[in-house]
Amino acid sequence: MMWPRVVLCLSAVFASSLGLAQVGGEGRHSGYRDMGEALQKMQDDDAANPGMLFVQLGRGLWGKAAGTSGKSCADCHGDAAGSMKGVAARYPAIPAGAEAPVDLEGRINLCRTANQGADRLPPESRELLALAAYVGHQSRGMAIAPPDDPRLAPLRTRGKELWTARQGQLNLSCAICHDDNAGKKLAGVTIPEAHPTGYPIYRLEWQTLGSLKRRLRNCLVGIRAEAYAFDAAEYVLLELFLMERARGMMLETPAVRP
Amino acid sequence: MANVLVNAPKTAKRGAIVEIKALILHPMETGFRPGPNGRIIPRNIIERFTASWNGVEIFDMEMSPAIAANPFVSFFAVATEGGTVELRWTGDEGFVVEERIAIAVE
Repeated sequence: MMWPRVVLCLSAVFASSLGLAQVGGEGRHSGYRDMGEALQKMQDDDAANPGMLFVQLGRGLWGKAAGTSGKSCADCHGDAAGSMKGVAARYPAIPAGAEAPVDLEGRINLCRTANQGADRLPPESRELLALAAYVGHQSRGMAIAPPDDPRLAPLRTRGKELWTARQGQLNLSCAICHDDNAGKKLAGVTIPEAHPTGYPIYRLEWQTLGSLKRRLRNCLVGIRAEAYAFDAAEYVLLELFLMERARGMMLETPAVRP
Repeated sequence: MANVLVNAPKTAKRGAIVEIKALILHPMETGFRPGPNGRIIPRNIIERFTASWNGVEIFDMEMSPAIAANPFVSFFAVATEGGTVELRWTGDEGFVVEERIAIAVE
């Protein structure tokens, strides 16, 4: 008499935990929801969001000539509000004529070397972050829409392999925290689902803007793994997978996070 | 121009209380942290933030190394007459930034 009921209860528990484990499904949410009300207000108010300082800086750089060509971003792309709308929602992508995928920062640097005749901006430099924030900001409120390029599918699979591979002295994978245990606590902090919805983000811990690459390095160091070099292909593979995982979610650039 | 974001109402009723919000890009280096070479990074902070309405000082704030990078300051003032609000940040290494905003009072 009692057994069917117990089995029913157990299966209900199992189904709900399975639902939690599948972060890529419909129940996904941005890290915005995991933070306190004060931080949410900080992000929502353009006069209080420190990321907007970098967006403003990026707007200045957009119109400034660089390199031997003497051209600015605006000379080719015009008003970013039109030409850059939706761009951040579809990167990383494989640019025309290139073999390998690049993320938004990589695309900006490609444009600098190929079209402007300028040097690459160093990773995490203020100029690169400001330009990425300015371009990313033009897609705020849009849904993440990775391109349907068939060449990207195997790369996303490789990204997923990196995501699920155990590494480091703690022998953890990204998925163990951010898929299996998202929403639970790690040292008093809610583990987010790790959707790249607001990069570059203004992280209070960093007291500055930082890229997704920096955030990934942060986690790698946290699990006591050796972080990939700044120009390693692994970051772009992981970003490809993460953007696919967050398909349809809304971009918030520049987001504020604790 | 330094990178500053100021938010205040453009118009206000006479006698109304207005909120002025100011955000500025600044590292606020404490002077206590060692750099990659093990040496202490010299202190570089904003020491003082003042605001004046038509030349009359309405807000004065002394900042310390414990204040976070890119400090955000919000304060209130009574709009008695229209004019210019001048915001001024001064600090280490000769840091001086001035920003003016106009508020009309009707």
